[in-house]
Amino acid sequence: MALLEIDNVSKSFGGVAANVEISFAVEAGEILGLIGPNGAGKTSLFNSIAGEVTPDSGEIRLDGQRISGLGPVACAERGIARTFQVVRSFDSMTVLENVMVGAFSRNARPQAAMRAAQETLEFCGLHGKADRPAWSLSPPEKRRLEMARALATQPRILLLDEMLTGLTPTEAQGGVELVRAVQRQGITVIMVEHVMEVVLPLVSRAVVLNLGRVLTIGAPAEIVRNPEVIRAYLGDRYAAD
Amino acid sequence: MENFITRRRRKELIVAGLLLAVAVFAPMAIRDVTALNVIILSLLFAGLAQAWNIIGGYCGQISLGHAVYFGMGSYVSTLLYVQAGLPPSAGIFIGGAVGGLAALLVGWPCFRLSGHYYAIATVVVGEIGYLLFLNWDYVGGATGVYIPIAKPSLINLQFGKDKLPYLHLVLAFVAATWLAAWLIEGSRWGYAWRAVKDDVVAARSLGVNIFASKMAASAISGFFTGLGGAIYGLYVGYIDPDSVMAGHFSILIALPTVLGGVGTLWGPILGAALLIPLKELSSSYLGGSGRGVDLMLYGAMIIVVALARPQGLVSLFGGRKHGAP
Repeated sequence: MALLEIDNVSKSFGGVAANVEISFAVEAGEILGLIGPNGAGKTSLFNSIAGEVTPDSGEIRLDGQRISGLGPVACAERGIARTFQVVRSFDSMTVLENVMVGAFSRNARPQAAMRAAQETLEFCGLHGKADRPAWSLSPPEKRRLEMARALATQPRILLLDEMLTGLTPTEAQGGVELVRAVQRQGITVIMVEHVMEVVLPLVSRAVVLNLGRVLTIGAPAEIVRNPEVIRAYLGDRYAAD
Repeated sequence: MENFITRRRRKELIVAGLLLAVAVFAPMAIRDVTALNVIILSLLFAGLAQAWNIIGGYCGQISLGHAVYFGMGSYVSTLLYVQAGLPPSAGIFIGGAVGGLAALLVGWPCFRLSGHYYAIATVVVGEIGYLLFLNWDYVGGATGVYIPIAKPSLINLQFGKDKLPYLHLVLAFVAATWLAAWLIEGSRWGYAWRAVKDDVVAARSLGVNIFASKMAASAISGFFTGLGGAIYGLYVGYIDPDSVMAGHFSILIALPTVLGGVGTLWGPILGAALLIPLKELSSSYLGGSGRGVDLMLYGAMIIVVALARPQGLVSLFGGRKHGAP
């Protein structure tokens, strides 16, 4: 059985259909890319998986158990962690304290939470910044901080929402290495990106969304040659029929 | 493990202990009754402001209805004494518990609102509480309740004309609220509450239960506010809705923290040490006609602090800086 199953999920906001009958499965240990042009419904689907919104119909299952509709707290407890497209750091706290908020979900005692948070910061390459206020970090550092905070909840699945977007090539390379290291820890990663050349070398499979629907699912090499994907990204003129 | 946070927390505890020792003994040299009165009120409001800081500062939920918890605490403790003969040394804690319970009852509907809407709802709750007690005959209505003078004793928490025991009583109250805030800062709850204040969506994605966090912070805040109200009732010897439940009490409980620094350990104490003497001096020098002047002074101070030091006066001391610049 797949670790995470998205089963026929639809979600509309007002009259706008953000996700229409989306189905796919995520295998344990893989890095799955969720790609598609702006407005394809990637972040909406993420919000459904993380419990932030409830799908109008369909179901999301983790290990065969329904998690859709349970809310973000229950999803976090069951092992789903996420980062946000627009960075949401706790700006009145230090970097270490930010990560401790995540660590407290698995460690009730402050000393244990602090130790776990320090280890996570080290893993994410932020160890030297532990005592800096979170607001003083640079944008790429803040992305890492969000990732550290999510990892501190000891997730089974990590959802990364445009973690590499807007970074310089060097910074993005650092991010890619970090995602690989996360995978080596046995954590399944689902990453939303709309920059294909960044995400495709990293993922084992990619799900392409367009206008709220699944356009295709496949290995990166297949995706880039798929005429429908090219049409969705670049328009009819560039699609080789 | 030795690090920045543990070192900072130990330092805070040592400083607090030293300050407490000074505060216990130094007032013994003061004979002036007016000065002692100002110190007692400043300490009381430092404790109340710290209680407000727990929900308003750490958890970021701006309450402008704390006069209700304050008034309930003083009414419950006073009436238990007057009607049922329960000694105030026990009654003040029941007053506090009722304050905490009231905060939970208010929180249940109001925490479904966020931000400014929550603040507005608490203003309305404050007015409802005031009008309810004003028209409720059992609790004395507008006439209020006198606390009968008893033999000075620790059980009755009455000390006759001697002001020093009252001072030590409110000092214990301040110490208790400070210690509560200090313990919260280092605990799982404190981290969760500050996360709720900074970003609700991020907090719940990390497994923080938002509603439960707000309710818990509110209950603790309400408990200490009720406790302070009960002590205040004992100290002044007479309570009526205007003296313990009027809307300006809610402002007076919140203001020292806003001035001194929200979500900080020392902000409420610093703010109260500045604001309450100023209020007492302006109302005693200007008499009845000066009633509005203290409000104008608060207004001016808040504007100056908000413009020059949005993190509060405590940030002048170079300690821990809170909030984005």
